Amino acid sequence: MGRYIARRLLLTIPVLIGASFLIFAMVYALPGDPIRALAGDRPLSQAVMAQLRDEFNLTDPLWLQYVKYVGDLVQGDLGTDFRGRPVLDTILLRLPVTVRLAVVAIAFEVLIGVVAGVLAGIRKNGFFDNLVLVSTTVIVSIPILVLAFVSQFVFGLQLGLFPIAGTTQGWYSYLLPGLVLASGSLAYVARLTRTSIAENMRADYVRTARAKGLPNKTVIVRHTLRNSLIPVVTFIGADIGTLMGGAIVTETVFNLPGIGRAVFDSVRAQEGAVVVGIVTLMVFFFIFFNLVVDVLYAVLDPRIRYD
Amino acid sequence: MTILPTPAPAPWGSAGAAPLLDVEDLHVEFRTRSGVVNAVNGVSYTLAEGETLAILGESGSGKSVSAQAIMGILDSPPAEITGGKIWFEGRDLLTLPAEEQRLVRGPGISMIFQDALSSLNPVYSVGFQIGEMFRAHRGTSRKEAKQKAIELMDRVRIPAAAQRVNDYPHQFSGGMRQRVMIAMAIALDPRILIADEPTTALDVTVQAQVMDLLKDLQRDTGMGLVLITHDLGVVNEVADNVAVMYAGRIVERGTVTDVFSNPGHPYTEGLMSSVPQVESDGGRLVPITGQPPNLSAIPSGCPFHPRCPRRRLGAQALPGRDCAGDVPPLRLVVPGREAACHYSEEVLGV
Repeated sequence: MGRYIARRLLLTIPVLIGASFLIFAMVYALPGDPIRALAGDRPLSQAVMAQLRDEFNLTDPLWLQYVKYVGDLVQGDLGTDFRGRPVLDTILLRLPVTVRLAVVAIAFEVLIGVVAGVLAGIRKNGFFDNLVLVSTTVIVSIPILVLAFVSQFVFGLQLGLFPIAGTTQGWYSYLLPGLVLASGSLAYVARLTRTSIAENMRADYVRTARAKGLPNKTVIVRHTLRNSLIPVVTFIGADIGTLMGGAIVTETVFNLPGIGRAVFDSVRAQEGAVVVGIVTLMVFFFIFFNLVVDVLYAVLDPRIRYD
Repeated sequence: MTILPTPAPAPWGSAGAAPLLDVEDLHVEFRTRSGVVNAVNGVSYTLAEGETLAILGESGSGKSVSAQAIMGILDSPPAEITGGKIWFEGRDLLTLPAEEQRLVRGPGISMIFQDALSSLNPVYSVGFQIGEMFRAHRGTSRKEAKQKAIELMDRVRIPAAAQRVNDYPHQFSGGMRQRVMIAMAIALDPRILIADEPTTALDVTVQAQVMDLLKDLQRDTGMGLVLITHDLGVVNEVADNVAVMYAGRIVERGTVTDVFSNPGHPYTEGLMSSVPQVESDGGRLVPITGQPPNLSAIPSGCPFHPRCPRRRLGAQALPGRDCAGDVPPLRLVVPGREAACHYSEEVLGV
C-alpha cells in the first residue's frame, strides 16, 4: 500500500506540470492587454507600461514565461498579481471560504443524499422511492446557475430565510450556497445509494444474514448499508475535487470571496499568475482526493488490494 | 455440546414420536407483474430427529422456495405464503410474530446455501460472520465470539483455524468457504439444518468431503437434515428418505432405497433412467421429453401428464382418473411409499 501511494503521488507531478502549462497557455491566449485593462480609464505612459510588462515577463515568449513561473514556483514563490499582491496571500485568504462551502456541500450530500437513497432503496418502488426519483430528476435537470439565482431569489429575497449574499453571518451564510453547490451531486448520491441498496437487498449474503436470525436492524445496517455505501463513499470522495470547480459559479452568484470567485475575477482581469496558481491548486486537490478515494476503497472492500 | 444417539430413521407412515418438523400443505406463490407464479402447491412432509430427508427436483420445482418458506426468509413481496402450516417444537412457524420467527433461525433451524462465495458477506472476516451467531443470539462479547468461531472452524476441519479466522471469504477455496457456511449454520446446535444444494458449486472430491462432514456433524448432534438437491448420487449416498418434487408438488416419497430401486411415479422413473447407473448395461440414457412446466400456467390434472409416457387420457383413463383432468393426490400406494400418480401401482408393478 505504501509503495502504491508513493507511486501515485509521484504521478501527480507530471499531471500538475501539464495542467498548469495548459492553463498558463490559455490565459496567455486570451485576447486583450492585461496592462491596459489594469490602467482602466487613466492612460499610463508608454514607459510605465513597458516597465510593468517587463516586470511580469509579458514580453517573453510563452514557454519562457512558463519556465520562469515554474522556476519561481519551486522556490515557493507563486508570483504576484498586477497590483503586487502575492498570489499565495490571495489563496490563503480565500481558501477557507471555499473549504467551508465544500464542507457544507458535502454535509448536505451525505445527510440528504444518503438518507434519501437508503429510505428509497429499502422500500423500492414505494412512495418515498418515487418521490426521490422524481425530485432528483428535477434537480439534475436544472443548471446550477439557474438553481443558484432562483434559490437566492426565493429563499433569500422573497422569504428572507437566508442571507442573500456574502459571508457576514458565519456558517449560516454558507447553508444556501452549500445546498445549491451540492444539489447535482446530492441527487446523484441519492440515486446511487438507492440503486446500491436495492441491489444489495437481494444479495445472497443478505439472505444469509436473515437466515442467521440476525435482528432486522443488523441485517440492514451491517449487511446491506455497509456494502452499499462503498460506491457512495468513493463518489463523495471524488466529488470533493469537483465541488471546487462548481464553486466558481456558486461563489460568484452568492458573492462569497472564495477561490472560485478569485478565479472568476482573475480570468476577467487576465491575472495569469493568480489563475494558474489557483487552478493548479484545484487540480492538485482533485488528484489528491482521488488518491484518498482509491486508498479508502481498499480499506472498505477487503477484496481490493493494490501492489 | 451434547452427543445424542442417532435414532434409526423412521420409515414413512410409521407411528412414532412427534416429528421435529411437520410441514402441512404449504402453498407459496410469487405475485409478479406478468402474473402469479405458483411455486409451491401443497407440499407436506415431516422430518424426524437424526433423519436425512432429501428433497429432489429440478430447477423451478419449488424445493428451494419451500425451504426458504420454512426459514421465513422469502422475499415478500413478491413471494407470499398463501396456505399451510409449519410445525416446529409445537408451534406453527407461520403464525409466529416476526421477532419469534427470527429467534428460531439459528438455534432452531438453520440453513446453508449453494454458493458460499456470494452467500458470505465479502467485507467481513469469516470469524466475524461466524461469531455473529453468538453475538446476536447469545449476547456473547466480540472477543469471545471470535474464540468460538475458531472452535467451530476447527470442528468443520478448516486447517489453521486460529490463523484464518481473520481472513475474508474470497481468500478461501470453494470447499473451505462451504465449511465456513456450515460452521456458521451449526454454531448454535440447531435442531434442523437445511442444506440447499450445498455441494452443487463444488468439484466432486470436495463434494464428498463436505457431505461426509455434514453426515458426521449430524451423527454428533442428532439434528435433522433437509438436503435439497438435484443430484441423485448425493441423495443415494447420504439420505434416509426422499421426497421428489415436480411443479411445486411432492410427487413421490419413501425411503431412498425403495424409491431408487423401484420408483412409483413416472417422473421419478424418468429421472432414474436419465442418469447413468453403474449396474446398467451401458445402454443409452433416456431423457425426460419436453420442458419443465411454466409455473404460472401449470397443466391441468397431473402437472406431469404432458411429458408422461404412461399418461392415460379420455377414454383410455379409468373413471375419475384422467391424467389431464383429475389431479392425482399424494396417496399411500404400498406401505412406506406415497406417490401422486393415478396409475402408481402400474408404475411400481404391484
